[in-house]
Formats: sequence, structure tokens, C-alpha cells
Amino acid sequence: MKKTVIVCFVSVLVCGCVVIGCSPPDGHNSNNVATKNSVHVTIKNKGSDTIVNLAQAWAEKYTSVSRTASVEVSGGGSGTGVAALINGTVDIANCSRQIKPKELEQATQNTGKVPQEFIVGYDALAVYVHPDTPIDKITIPQLAEIYGEGGKITKWSHLGIQNSACPSDEIIRISRQSNSGTYFYFREALLGENRDFRIGSLDLHGSKDVVEVIGRTPCAIGYSGMGYATSHVKMLAIATDEDASYYAPTLENVLAKSYPIARPLYMYSLGEPVGEIKAYLDWILSTEGQKIVQKLGFVPVENN
Amino acid sequence: MNILRKKSKANLPFSETVIELFIRLCGISSIIFVFGIFFFVFREGAGFLFNGLNLTEFLTSVEWQPTSLNNKRYGAFALIVGTFSVTALAMCIAVPFGLGAAIFVSEFCSPKLRETFKIVIELLAAIPSVVWGFIGLTLMNQLIIQVFNAPIGLTMLNGGIMLALMSVPIIVSIAEDALKAVPDSYREAAEALGATRWQVIYRVLLPAAKNGLLAAVLLGAARSIGETMAVLMATGHSVNIPSGPLSWIRTLTATIAAELGEVARGDEHYQVLFIIGILLFTITFVVNLIADLVIKGIRQE
Repeated sequence: MKKTVIVCFVSVLVCGCVVIGCSPPDGHNSNNVATKNSVHVTIKNKGSDTIVNLAQAWAEKYTSVSRTASVEVSGGGSGTGVAALINGTVDIANCSRQIKPKELEQATQNTGKVPQEFIVGYDALAVYVHPDTPIDKITIPQLAEIYGEGGKITKWSHLGIQNSACPSDEIIRISRQSNSGTYFYFREALLGENRDFRIGSLDLHGSKDVVEVIGRTPCAIGYSGMGYATSHVKMLAIATDEDASYYAPTLENVLAKSYPIARPLYMYSLGEPVGEIKAYLDWILSTEGQKIVQKLGFVPVENN
Repeated sequence: MNILRKKSKANLPFSETVIELFIRLCGISSIIFVFGIFFFVFREGAGFLFNGLNLTEFLTSVEWQPTSLNNKRYGAFALIVGTFSVTALAMCIAVPFGLGAAIFVSEFCSPKLRETFKIVIELLAAIPSVVWGFIGLTLMNQLIIQVFNAPIGLTMLNGGIMLALMSVPIIVSIAEDALKAVPDSYREAAEALGATRWQVIYRVLLPAAKNGLLAAVLLGAARSIGETMAVLMATGHSVNIPSGPLSWIRTLTATIAAELGEVARGDEHYQVLFIIGILLFTITFVVNLIADLVIKGIRQE
């Protein structure tokens, strides 16, 4: 009898452990605390996949800043975000491009409120090479020939340089996995919408990895967010074509809009933001919010 | 107590009935899981597989352009070649080492040393694959650059070495069991005939245990084909038909891992990744089936 009881107890314990182990973690605990003594607001935030990580980082941090509001972030692309804004189903739409006049009009008609634009950061891509590579500047058409399908530049000598650090002379193209926002933006900036990247590049899994691998590979060229630069790599100055002037990837050039592969990141609210939404946007543009921008490899907006 | 006894069928105590039921459930669950997973993977990919995907292009083209805006192409040939070439390379390294280690552990070791070896080999099997990937990305990358004067160390060779290190423990433990299963009378008979130790191994033990050894190699290969994280990090992840061990490649598994996280559910690209899953499932299923049949062959002998 005693044995039976023990065995039953153990099996119940085992089953219990399994059940507990399987139950999904409750991520909303922190929100429920706030609801007890005040009205709790959930800000719905949707849009660009480029911004989605940044938006999530903001939302996460914001839980410790505000007791009265939490932010719900989802991706899907800039178009999805704007569409949701037009339908009035989100409070803030994330966009890695400017809203089109037609969309603005639709949103105004549909919701009766004019979407307000906020530039919350900049996405600036730097082209990186190994410090031993004797090159300091490059043009967009040259990059297109290196990366694009059917491109003619496959060796460093095709660029007119003698890369003695790279005996094989072959350019090793470092790229990103084909779904990342960085990949999409770089492809669009270089090749437009009708041309693809040539296959055979090393598609690394993170912005940081790109810079790290290039730092150890004298034959390599690659692109990544400006914020990921280290002392082991060199950033190239970039011109839109041969006759144009070259711009180094610096904060000033990005803010002056002269650096060619940078774009502002937008957030759109429906009408002039009020209450919790205003508080959230203000916090994003504050020093604390912009620190997160820098941390994720984007360029923060000016703080003055 | 008496009531409980009456309830159980074969006059077993209640506790045993419960335990038996629990164990039965555990046994059946693995079958349910395998079929469940296959059903899920197949369901997700089937729509595009039978309706839209150009299967010839999928199996023969190297053009993997799933995110092209105007001209999406799903050619997985380079990925298939990548998977098989890195697995073959891994087996070239792992089989001699694995079988050699198995022979040493089973025939030459003192019992005390054998126990130590077994523990260490099991420890090797317990290292998570992401750790192997990390070693490949940092340590082995640097080593290959220095030793082979390669421009970059993230190559098929790097991935192959990592996979070899991961499949050696499997090969050793199964091969050692197979060698142990050869009756001692074989060894004694061979030695009585004046065979040297090497002759005993080469002429008697290896032929007698050949099915088990083959099964060990096949299970090691199945492990290599299915491995994801280490190859994702160590092989360079590049859609490329390799021209040698220092080429960079991309495998089927790594493609799924890298791309599935960011595709829209139900999208063509999403479904193609699941079709790659079906392909992988089929490959590992065939390899495992062969290994099983081979092991069955041993039992019948």
C-alpha cells in the first residue's frame, strides 16, 4: 500500500512537471500590474520590417518607463503599416519610406485625421572593406556591377586597384540573408527594383557578423549598418556616379542627406498625437529613446 | 487494496497498471510525433508543391532568388549539392577516426581506460551544435586561413570538420557495440590459428561486424545531413556549387534556419522552405531506413 501511494505520488509529480513545463510563458504579467489602479492603454504599432526590431526594443524598454501604457509591435512591411493606418486599426505606423500623397489622402478621408510624420532615426548603410585594401571610395554603379546579377566586376583589378593583401584578386562579396531589411534596402539602392543580387555571395546572418568577417578577410567587401563599424574595418566614401562627389558615411553627411545610401525612418500617427501616444513618441525622440536607435546600429536624429 | 486489485485486468496492482499505461503512451507518442511532424511539414508545403512549383527547376537550377521583386526563382540544386558535399567531406574525416577509435576502445583498451574513453566520447556528443558553429566561425576560420592560406575560412572544409566532430561520437558508440557483439570464440579461433592482432581485426572482426559498422556510418551521416546551426555558421552560407573543400557552400537546413524566421506565413517562399523540409525529411528517412535494414541484417545473421 505504501509503495502504491509513493508510485502514484511520483507519477502525479512527473505529469505535473510535464504540464507545467508545457504551458506557455505568460508575457503579459507586467501589464496586468498597471491595470489595477489606472486605465491601461495599449498602443498599437505596426509596419516596416526594417524598423521592427528597433520598435520592439523601444516597446520593451518603455514598459519600464511608463506604468500606464504598453506598446504592441508587429511587422509586415511599410505598406502593411500604412494600410493599417488608413483603416484606422493602428495608432502608429512604422515606415522606412515616406508616405505617398495618395495614401495620405486616403487616410485623411477614411479616418478624418491627417497622418503626422515623425523621423525617428536614420538607416545608413556603410560599405566596408578590410583596412589593407587600397581603396577609399566607390561609386554606386561600381557597387551595382560587383553585386548585381550579370555584373562585370569580379576582381579587385577590375576596379583599377592592386589589392596585394588579396593574392587571388577575387572580390569576396559579403551579403545578408535574403529576407533582412538591410538586404532589401541595399539591393534597391544599388539595383532598383528590376535587378537581383548575383548568387554566390556569403550571406551572413547578422549586421555584426558582416563587419567581423570583413575585418578578417582582405578580399572581402560588404555592407552593414553604419553603427556597426569597428576599428578592424574601413568604410568607403560613396558617390552616386563617377562625376558626383564622394561622401563619407558620417553622421553629418547622413543628416545633410548627401550620403547616398541612407534613408530616414518614419513613424506616422493619426492626427496630432495626444495623451499616451504623444508621450510615447516624445520618449522615442528623447535622448533615452535615441540611445536605443544607436544601440541597434541606426543613426539617431539630432537632439536639439 | 482489494478493490484496486479487482479493477486491474491481470490481477496487477493499480500502480503497475498506471505505470504500464504511462510507458505505453511514451512509446506510442514518438510514432505520433513523427507522423504529426511529417503531416505538418507536408501540409504547409503541399499547396505550392503540387500547384505552382516547377519541380525540375527546383531540383536542377542553382538560381535561389526567393525574394526577388519581379523574378522569383526557387532553384535548390546548389543547396542539395552543398548538403551532400559537406556531408561526404565530414564522413571522409569522421569514418576513419570513428572506426579507428571504436576498434581501439573495443580491442586494445584496458577496461579502466575504456570507461574513461566512453565517458569522454559521450561528453563530445553532448556539446551543443551552436557551440561547434561558434568554434567554426572563430577558431577554425582563423586556422584554415593560416594553414591553407585561404582568403576566408568559412568554407566547406570548416563545416565538414565541425560535422565530423559531431558525428564521431555516434559512429564510435555504435561501431563499438557492433565490434563487441562479435563472439569471443571468433577471436580465440583466429588467434589459435596464429593470426597477428592486426590480422584478427582486419580479416575476422571487421567482416563479422560489417553490418553494424555500416549502420554506424549511416547514422553518423544522417546526423550530418540534419545538422543546421554549425553549418549555418561555419560554411559561409553562400549559394554556390563548390569546386573544392575551400569553396563556400550553403546547405538545405541552413537555408530553412536563416530564412524561415522572416517570411510571411503561407507565402510562396514560406511554402518552398517547407518543401525543402519535405526533401530533407525524405533524405534522412531513406538514410535511417537503410541503416535500420542493415542492423536488422545483423540480427538475423
